[in-house]
Amino acid sequence: MNGERIVPHIPGLRRYARLLTGDSHRADDLVQDTLLRACVKWTLWRPDSDLRAWLFTIMHNLFINQLRAALPESVQLDDMVDAGHAEDASVGIDLERALARLPDDQREVLLMVTVEDFSYACLARVTGVPIGTVMSRLSRGRRRLREAMEGTRETADARSHLKVMK
Amino acid sequence: MKAPDENDLHALIDGKLSPEYRAQVEAALVENPALRAEVEAWRAQRNALRELGMNAADGAVPLRFLNIVQPRRAAWMPWLGSAVAGAMMGVAGWFGHAWYAGAGEATDMRARFVHDAVVAHAVYSPEVRHPVEVGADQSAHLVQWLSKRLGAQLKVPALQSQGYELVGGRLLPGGDGARAQFMYQDTAGNRITLYVTVLAKGTSPGTTAFRFEEGNPVAAFYWIDGEFGYALAGNLSRSSLLELSKLVYSQLTG
Repeated sequence: MNGERIVPHIPGLRRYARLLTGDSHRADDLVQDTLLRACVKWTLWRPDSDLRAWLFTIMHNLFINQLRAALPESVQLDDMVDAGHAEDASVGIDLERALARLPDDQREVLLMVTVEDFSYACLARVTGVPIGTVMSRLSRGRRRLREAMEGTRETADARSHLKVMK
Repeated sequence: MKAPDENDLHALIDGKLSPEYRAQVEAALVENPALRAEVEAWRAQRNALRELGMNAADGAVPLRFLNIVQPRRAAWMPWLGSAVAGAMMGVAGWFGHAWYAGAGEATDMRARFVHDAVVAHAVYSPEVRHPVEVGADQSAHLVQWLSKRLGAQLKVPALQSQGYELVGGRLLPGGDGARAQFMYQDTAGNRITLYVTVLAKGTSPGTTAFRFEEGNPVAAFYWIDGEFGYALAGNLSRSSLLELSKLVYSQLTG
Protein backbone atom coordinates (compact mmCIF):
# COMPACT_ATOMS: atom_id res chain seq x y z
CA MET A 1 0.00 0.00 0.00
CA ASN A 2 1.69 3.13 -1.20
CA GLY A 3 -0.18 5.60 0.94
CA GLU A 4 2.69 8.05 0.66
CA ARG A 5 1.85 8.53 -2.98
CA ILE A 6 -1.76 9.42 -2.24
CA VAL A 7 -1.01 11.98 0.46
CA PRO A 8 0.06 14.79 -1.92
CA HIS A 9 -3.32 14.55 -3.65
CA ILE A 10 -5.43 14.89 -0.51
CA PRO A 11 -5.47 18.73 -0.48
CA GLY A 12 -6.72 18.81 -4.07
CA LEU A 13 -9.39 16.21 -3.32
CA ARG A 14 -10.57 18.24 -0.32
CA ARG A 15 -10.63 21.49 -2.25
CA TYR A 16 -12.60 19.93 -5.06
CA ALA A 17 -15.02 18.14 -2.73
CA ARG A 18 -15.55 21.34 -0.77
CA LEU A 19 -16.55 23.32 -3.85
CA LEU A 20 -18.49 20.42 -5.33
CA THR A 21 -20.67 19.80 -2.29
CA GLY A 22 -20.68 23.32 -0.85
CA ASP A 23 -20.49 21.79 2.62
CA SER A 24 -17.28 21.07 4.50
CA HIS A 25 -18.66 18.10 6.46
CA ARG A 26 -20.14 16.47 3.41
CA ALA A 27 -16.91 17.20 1.55
CA ASP A 28 -14.74 15.50 4.16
CA ASP A 29 -17.09 12.50 4.22
CA LEU A 30 -16.61 12.27 0.47
CA VAL A 31 -12.83 12.54 0.78
CA GLN A 32 -12.79 9.89 3.49
CA ASP A 33 -14.89 7.51 1.42
CA THR A 34 -12.64 8.18 -1.57
CA LEU A 35 -9.49 7.36 0.37
CA LEU A 36 -11.00 4.21 1.87
CA ARG A 37 -12.13 3.07 -1.55
CA ALA A 38 -8.72 3.87 -2.99
CA CYS A 39 -7.07 1.71 -0.33
CA VAL A 40 -9.41 -1.18 -1.05
CA LYS A 41 -8.95 -0.88 -4.78
CA TRP A 42 -5.26 -0.06 -4.65
CA THR A 43 -4.21 -3.19 -6.53
CA LEU A 44 -6.32 -2.01 -9.48
CA TRP A 45 -4.27 1.13 -9.96
CA ARG A 46 -1.67 0.77 -12.70
CA PRO A 47 1.61 2.36 -11.58
CA ASP A 48 2.19 3.97 -14.98
CA SER A 49 -1.17 5.75 -14.98
CA ASP A 50 -2.26 9.10 -13.57
CA LEU A 51 -2.84 8.62 -9.84
CA ARG A 52 -4.61 11.98 -9.44
CA ALA A 53 -7.06 11.19 -12.24
CA TRP A 54 -7.67 7.76 -10.70
CA LEU A 55 -8.49 9.30 -7.32
CA PHE A 56 -10.81 11.86 -8.87
CA THR A 57 -12.51 9.07 -10.81
CA ILE A 58 -13.20 7.27 -7.54
CA MET A 59 -14.55 10.46 -6.00
CA HIS A 60 -16.69 11.18 -9.06
CA ASN A 61 -18.23 7.72 -8.90
CA LEU A 62 -18.95 8.00 -5.18
CA PHE A 63 -20.51 11.41 -5.69
CA ILE A 64 -22.70 10.19 -8.54
CA ASN A 65 -23.79 7.18 -6.49
CA GLN A 66 -24.75 9.46 -3.62
CA LEU A 67 -26.83 11.57 -5.97
CA ARG A 68 -28.54 8.51 -7.39
CA ALA A 69 -29.32 7.33 -3.91
CA ALA A 70 -30.69 10.72 -2.94
CA LEU A 71 -32.77 11.58 -5.99
CA PRO A 72 -35.78 9.93 -7.56
CA GLU A 73 -34.65 8.32 -10.80
CA SER A 74 -37.09 10.26 -12.91
CA VAL A 75 -35.39 13.57 -12.16
CA GLN A 76 -32.80 14.43 -14.75
CA LEU A 77 -30.16 16.71 -13.35
CA ASP A 78 -30.02 18.77 -16.48
CA ASP A 79 -33.73 19.40 -16.28
CA MET A 80 -33.54 20.88 -12.85
CA VAL A 81 -34.07 24.55 -13.51
CA ASP A 82 -33.65 27.00 -10.71
CA ALA A 83 -37.20 28.28 -10.87
CA GLY A 84 -37.37 28.10 -7.12
CA HIS A 85 -34.60 30.64 -6.89
CA ALA A 86 -35.87 33.06 -9.50
CA GLU A 87 -37.16 35.38 -6.81
CA ASP A 88 -33.77 36.16 -5.31
CA ALA A 89 -31.89 36.12 -8.60
CA SER A 90 -32.51 39.82 -9.04
CA VAL A 91 -30.82 40.78 -5.80
CA GLY A 92 -27.59 39.10 -6.82
CA ILE A 93 -25.92 36.12 -5.18
CA ASP A 94 -22.38 35.24 -4.45
CA LEU A 95 -20.30 32.86 -6.48
CA GLU A 96 -20.56 29.96 -4.09
CA ARG A 97 -24.32 30.01 -4.02
CA ALA A 98 -24.43 30.36 -7.79
CA LEU A 99 -22.12 27.38 -8.06
CA ALA A 100 -24.34 25.32 -5.77
CA ARG A 101 -27.28 25.98 -8.07
CA LEU A 102 -25.57 24.54 -11.13
CA PRO A 103 -26.60 21.04 -12.18
CA ASP A 104 -24.14 18.65 -10.55
CA ASP A 105 -22.61 17.39 -13.79
CA GLN A 106 -21.92 20.94 -14.97
CA ARG A 107 -20.45 21.94 -11.61
CA GLU A 108 -18.16 18.90 -11.68
CA VAL A 109 -16.78 19.69 -15.12
CA LEU A 110 -16.43 23.40 -14.48
CA LEU A 111 -14.50 22.82 -11.24
CA MET A 112 -12.26 20.08 -12.59
CA VAL A 113 -11.35 22.25 -15.58
CA THR A 114 -10.90 25.62 -13.93
CA VAL A 115 -9.75 24.83 -10.40
CA GLU A 116 -8.09 21.44 -10.84
CA ASP A 117 -6.63 22.05 -14.33
CA PHE A 118 -7.61 18.70 -15.82
CA SER A 119 -7.37 18.40 -19.58
CA TYR A 120 -10.67 17.90 -21.39
CA ALA A 121 -9.60 14.43 -22.54
CA CYS A 122 -8.62 13.40 -19.02
CA LEU A 123 -11.90 14.75 -17.70
CA ALA A 124 -13.80 12.63 -20.21
CA ARG A 125 -12.10 9.55 -18.76
CA VAL A 126 -12.63 10.64 -15.16
CA THR A 127 -16.35 11.26 -15.62
CA GLY A 128 -16.85 8.44 -18.11
CA VAL A 129 -18.49 10.47 -20.87
CA PRO A 130 -17.43 11.45 -24.41
CA ILE A 131 -15.33 14.58 -24.73
CA GLY A 132 -18.20 16.28 -26.60
CA THR A 133 -20.32 15.87 -23.48
CA VAL A 134 -17.55 17.37 -21.37
CA MET A 135 -17.43 20.40 -23.66
CA SER A 136 -21.17 20.89 -23.66
CA ARG A 137 -21.31 20.63 -19.86
CA LEU A 138 -18.48 23.14 -19.62
CA SER A 139 -20.27 25.48 -21.99
CA ARG A 140 -23.61 25.24 -20.24
CA GLY A 141 -21.94 25.51 -16.86
CA ARG A 142 -20.11 28.68 -17.79
CA ARG A 143 -23.19 30.28 -19.28
CA ARG A 144 -25.48 29.32 -16.47
CA LEU A 145 -23.04 30.43 -13.79
CA ARG A 146 -22.58 33.75 -15.55
CA GLU A 147 -26.32 34.23 -15.78
CA ALA A 148 -26.73 33.38 -12.13
CA MET A 149 -24.02 35.87 -11.19
CA GLU A 150 -25.43 38.57 -13.36
CA GLY A 151 -28.72 37.75 -11.77
CA THR A 152 -31.22 39.89 -13.45
CA ARG A 153 -30.66 39.09 -17.08
CA GLU A 154 -32.58 35.86 -17.30
CA THR A 155 -35.43 37.01 -15.13
CA ALA A 156 -35.59 40.37 -16.89
CA ASP A 157 -35.81 38.61 -20.24
CA ALA A 158 -38.52 36.36 -18.94
CA ARG A 159 -40.48 39.33 -17.64
CA SER A 160 -40.29 41.27 -20.88
CA HIS A 161 -41.32 38.16 -22.71
CA LEU A 162 -44.38 37.90 -20.49
CA LYS A 163 -45.29 41.48 -21.23
CA VAL A 164 -45.16 40.85 -24.94
CA MET A 165 -47.40 37.87 -24.54
CA LYS A 166 -50.09 40.01 -22.94
CA MET B 1 -9.15 32.32 -39.84
CA LYS B 2 -12.87 31.78 -39.71
CA ALA B 3 -14.63 32.78 -36.52
CA PRO B 4 -13.42 30.54 -33.71
CA ASP B 5 -15.96 27.99 -32.52
CA GLU B 6 -17.01 27.81 -28.92
CA ASN B 7 -14.65 24.97 -28.03
CA ASP B 8 -11.77 27.17 -29.19
CA LEU B 9 -12.91 29.84 -26.77
CA HIS B 10 -13.04 27.47 -23.81
CA ALA B 11 -9.62 26.08 -24.71
CA LEU B 12 -8.28 29.61 -24.96
CA ILE B 13 -9.56 30.52 -21.52
CA ASP B 14 -8.31 27.28 -20.01
CA GLY B 15 -4.86 27.60 -21.55
CA LYS B 16 -5.22 24.46 -23.64
CA LEU B 17 -4.23 25.90 -27.04
CA SER B 18 -0.88 25.69 -28.76
CA PRO B 19 0.85 29.11 -28.95
CA GLU B 20 0.27 29.34 -32.71
CA TYR B 21 -3.40 28.49 -32.59
CA ARG B 22 -3.89 30.69 -29.58
CA ALA B 23 -2.53 33.65 -31.55
CA GLN B 24 -4.97 32.94 -34.34
CA VAL B 25 -7.95 32.75 -32.00
CA GLU B 26 -6.94 35.96 -30.25
CA ALA B 27 -6.55 37.71 -33.59
CA ALA B 28 -10.03 36.59 -34.58
CA LEU B 29 -11.42 37.94 -31.32
CA VAL B 30 -10.07 41.42 -32.04
CA GLU B 31 -12.57 41.67 -34.86
CA ASN B 32 -15.46 40.40 -32.80
CA PRO B 33 -16.21 42.55 -29.73
CA ALA B 34 -19.23 40.48 -28.71
CA LEU B 35 -17.23 37.27 -28.57
CA ARG B 36 -14.39 39.10 -26.86
CA ALA B 37 -16.74 40.27 -24.12
CA GLU B 38 -18.00 36.73 -23.64
CA VAL B 39 -14.46 35.42 -23.35
CA GLU B 40 -13.51 38.12 -20.86
CA ALA B 41 -16.53 37.32 -18.72
CA TRP B 42 -15.69 33.62 -18.69
CA ARG B 43 -12.06 34.40 -17.94
CA ALA B 44 -13.08 36.52 -14.97
CA GLN B 45 -15.34 33.69 -13.83
CA ARG B 46 -12.47 31.20 -14.12
CA ASN B 47 -10.25 33.43 -12.00
CA ALA B 48 -12.97 33.87 -9.41
CA LEU B 49 -13.46 30.10 -9.19
CA ARG B 50 -9.73 29.54 -8.77
CA GLU B 51 -9.67 32.09 -5.99
CA LEU B 52 -12.60 30.31 -4.35
CA GLY B 53 -10.60 27.08 -4.62
CA MET B 54 -7.61 28.65 -2.91
CA ASN B 55 -9.81 29.77 -0.06
CA ALA B 56 -11.46 26.37 0.20
CA ALA B 57 -8.17 24.57 0.74
CA ASP B 58 -6.87 25.00 4.23
CA GLY B 59 -3.37 23.58 4.08
CA ALA B 60 -3.12 20.95 6.77
CA VAL B 61 -4.38 17.50 5.90
CA PRO B 62 -6.42 16.10 8.80
CA LEU B 63 -4.82 13.18 10.58
CA ARG B 64 -7.86 11.03 10.00
CA PHE B 65 -7.14 11.13 6.28
CA LEU B 66 -3.48 10.34 6.75
CA ASN B 67 -4.42 7.41 8.92
CA ILE B 68 -6.52 5.93 6.17
CA VAL B 69 -3.70 5.89 3.65
CA GLN B 70 -0.92 5.29 6.17
CA PRO B 71 -2.67 3.19 8.80
CA ARG B 72 0.35 2.43 10.92
CA ARG B 73 1.62 5.94 11.39
CA ALA B 74 2.54 6.68 14.95
CA ALA B 75 0.41 9.81 14.74
CA TRP B 76 -2.96 8.11 14.75
CA MET B 77 -3.50 8.28 18.49
CA PRO B 78 -4.26 12.00 18.79
CA TRP B 79 -7.02 11.83 16.23
CA LEU B 80 -8.74 8.81 17.68
CA GLY B 81 -8.89 10.43 21.05
CA SER B 82 -9.11 8.94 24.46
CA ALA B 83 -11.91 6.49 23.77
CA VAL B 84 -10.07 4.39 21.26
CA ALA B 85 -6.70 5.03 22.83
CA GLY B 86 -8.14 3.40 25.93
CA ALA B 87 -9.32 0.46 23.91
CA MET B 88 -5.90 0.17 22.34
CA MET B 89 -4.27 0.07 25.75
CA GLY B 90 -6.40 -2.97 26.44
CA VAL B 91 -5.49 -4.40 23.10
CA ALA B 92 -1.82 -3.87 23.87
CA GLY B 93 -2.21 -6.36 26.68
CA TRP B 94 -3.66 -8.82 24.27
CA PHE B 95 -0.62 -8.48 22.07
CA GLY B 96 1.20 -10.42 24.76
CA HIS B 97 -0.59 -13.58 23.68
CA ALA B 98 0.58 -15.17 20.50
CA TRP B 99 -2.02 -15.51 17.77
CA TYR B 100 -0.55 -18.92 17.76
CA ALA B 101 2.59 -20.03 19.45
CA GLY B 102 5.84 -18.47 18.48
CA ALA B 103 4.98 -16.96 15.12
CA GLY B 104 6.14 -13.40 14.72
CA GLU B 105 4.34 -12.90 11.46
CA ALA B 106 1.08 -14.16 12.85
CA THR B 107 1.44 -11.89 15.86
CA ASP B 108 1.84 -8.94 13.54
CA MET B 109 -1.19 -10.03 11.57
CA ARG B 110 -3.27 -10.27 14.73
CA ALA B 111 -2.04 -6.91 15.95
CA ARG B 112 -3.09 -5.31 12.70
CA PHE B 113 -6.44 -7.07 12.76
CA VAL B 114 -7.21 -5.85 16.24
CA HIS B 115 -6.05 -2.35 15.42
CA ASP B 116 -8.21 -2.26 12.30
CA ALA B 117 -11.26 -3.60 14.12
CA VAL B 118 -11.07 -0.99 16.85
CA VAL B 119 -10.45 1.84 14.42
CA ALA B 120 -13.31 0.71 12.20
CA HIS B 121 -15.68 0.65 15.15
CA ALA B 122 -14.55 4.09 16.30
CA VAL B 123 -14.88 5.54 12.81
CA TYR B 124 -18.25 4.18 11.77
CA SER B 125 -20.33 3.51 14.85
CA PRO B 126 -20.90 7.26 15.53
CA GLU B 127 -21.67 7.92 11.87
CA VAL B 128 -25.12 9.42 11.41
CA ARG B 129 -25.33 9.89 7.68
CA HIS B 130 -23.39 6.94 6.28
CA PRO B 131 -23.02 4.27 8.96
CA VAL B 132 -23.02 1.51 6.34
CA GLU B 133 -22.46 1.14 2.62
CA VAL B 134 -25.21 -1.38 2.06
CA GLY B 135 -28.23 -1.38 4.32
CA ALA B 136 -30.03 -4.28 5.95
CA ASP B 137 -32.86 -3.88 3.45
CA GLN B 138 -30.47 -5.40 0.91
CA SER B 139 -29.01 -8.03 3.22
CA ALA B 140 -28.83 -10.74 0.55
CA HIS B 141 -26.82 -8.44 -1.70
CA LEU B 142 -24.71 -7.34 1.24
CA VAL B 143 -23.68 -10.89 2.10
CA GLN B 144 -23.09 -11.85 -1.52
CA TRP B 145 -21.00 -8.75 -2.16
CA LEU B 146 -18.85 -8.99 0.95
CA SER B 147 -18.38 -12.74 0.52
CA LYS B 148 -17.15 -12.15 -2.99
CA ARG B 149 -14.76 -9.44 -1.89
CA LEU B 150 -13.38 -11.36 1.07
CA GLY B 151 -13.15 -14.57 -0.90
CA ALA B 152 -15.13 -16.77 1.47
CA GLN B 153 -18.79 -17.35 2.15
CA LEU B 154 -19.83 -15.07 5.01
CA LYS B 155 -22.88 -15.34 7.20
CA VAL B 156 -24.60 -12.54 9.03
CA PRO B 157 -25.72 -13.50 12.51
CA ALA B 158 -29.22 -12.53 13.62
CA LEU B 159 -29.15 -10.76 16.96
CA GLN B 160 -32.80 -9.75 17.31
CA SER B 161 -33.17 -12.07 20.26
CA GLN B 162 -30.74 -9.80 22.09
CA GLY B 163 -32.47 -6.65 20.84
CA TYR B 164 -30.09 -5.80 18.01
CA GLU B 165 -31.23 -5.24 14.46
CA LEU B 166 -28.82 -5.34 11.54
CA VAL B 167 -28.11 -1.83 10.18
CA GLY B 168 -26.00 -3.09 7.29
CA GLY B 169 -22.37 -3.47 6.45
CA ARG B 170 -19.42 -2.14 4.63
CA LEU B 171 -16.24 -3.21 2.93
CA LEU B 172 -13.02 -1.94 4.48
CA PRO B 173 -9.34 -2.15 3.66
CA GLY B 174 -7.17 -3.93 6.15
CA GLY B 175 -3.96 -5.89 6.24
CA ASP B 176 -3.41 -7.40 2.83
CA GLY B 177 -6.97 -7.29 1.61
CA ALA B 178 -10.59 -6.68 2.26
CA ARG B 179 -12.41 -6.78 5.57
CA ALA B 180 -16.11 -6.69 6.34
CA GLN B 181 -17.89 -4.78 9.06
CA PHE B 182 -21.48 -5.54 10.05
CA MET B 183 -23.25 -3.02 12.21
CA TYR B 184 -26.15 -3.64 14.57
CA GLN B 185 -28.23 -1.24 16.57
CA ASP B 186 -30.69 -1.57 19.43
CA THR B 187 -33.84 0.51 19.84
CA ALA B 188 -31.92 3.09 21.88
CA GLY B 189 -29.45 3.56 19.00
CA ASN B 190 -26.54 1.77 20.69
CA ARG B 191 -24.36 0.19 18.09
CA ILE B 192 -22.16 -2.86 18.01
CA THR B 193 -19.96 -3.92 15.12
CA LEU B 194 -18.81 -7.32 14.00
CA TYR B 195 -15.52 -7.09 12.13
CA VAL B 196 -14.55 -10.02 9.96
CA THR B 197 -11.39 -11.06 8.20
CA VAL B 198 -10.56 -14.13 6.18
CA LEU B 199 -7.19 -15.50 7.24
CA ALA B 200 -4.62 -16.34 4.60
CA LYS B 201 -4.46 -20.04 3.82
CA GLY B 202 -2.43 -22.00 6.32
CA THR B 203 -2.30 -19.22 8.92
CA SER B 204 -5.33 -20.13 10.98
CA PRO B 205 -4.66 -21.64 14.39
CA GLY B 206 -8.01 -23.40 14.15
CA THR B 207 -10.42 -22.09 16.72
CA THR B 208 -9.44 -19.92 19.64
CA ALA B 209 -11.17 -18.99 22.86
CA PHE B 210 -12.97 -15.66 23.19
CA ARG B 211 -10.63 -12.98 24.37
CA PHE B 212 -12.04 -9.92 26.04
CA GLU B 213 -10.49 -6.48 25.92
CA GLU B 214 -12.05 -3.72 27.94
CA GLY B 215 -11.37 -0.31 26.54
CA ASN B 216 -12.87 2.97 27.55
CA PRO B 217 -15.63 2.85 26.37
CA VAL B 218 -15.05 0.44 23.51
CA ALA B 219 -14.89 -3.15 24.63
CA ALA B 220 -14.44 -6.09 22.33
CA PHE B 221 -14.30 -9.84 22.15
CA TYR B 222 -11.94 -11.43 19.63
CA TRP B 223 -11.82 -14.97 18.40
CA ILE B 224 -10.82 -17.09 15.46
CA ASP B 225 -13.04 -19.74 14.00
CA GLY B 226 -11.52 -21.73 11.16
CA GLU B 227 -10.54 -19.44 8.32
CA PHE B 228 -12.31 -16.43 9.87
CA GLY B 229 -11.14 -13.93 12.44
CA TYR B 230 -13.83 -11.97 14.28
CA ALA B 231 -13.99 -8.97 16.57
CA LEU B 232 -17.25 -7.89 18.17
CA ALA B 233 -16.98 -4.37 19.52
CA GLY B 234 -19.41 -2.22 21.44
CA ASN B 235 -19.94 -0.04 24.45
CA LEU B 236 -21.32 -2.81 26.60
CA SER B 237 -20.54 -4.65 29.78
CA ARG B 238 -18.36 -7.70 29.55
CA SER B 239 -21.24 -10.03 30.29
CA SER B 240 -23.53 -8.49 27.65
CA LEU B 241 -20.81 -8.56 25.04
CA LEU B 242 -19.95 -12.14 25.91
CA GLU B 243 -23.58 -13.21 25.52
CA LEU B 244 -23.64 -11.56 22.11
CA SER B 245 -20.30 -13.08 21.13
CA LYS B 246 -21.51 -16.55 22.07
CA LEU B 247 -24.65 -15.99 20.05
CA VAL B 248 -22.61 -14.83 17.07
CA TYR B 249 -20.23 -17.74 17.41
CA SER B 250 -23.02 -20.31 17.66
CA GLN B 251 -24.63 -18.95 14.50
CA LEU B 252 -21.46 -18.65 12.48
CA THR B 253 -19.54 -21.78 13.35
CA GLY B 254 -19.66 -24.83 11.16
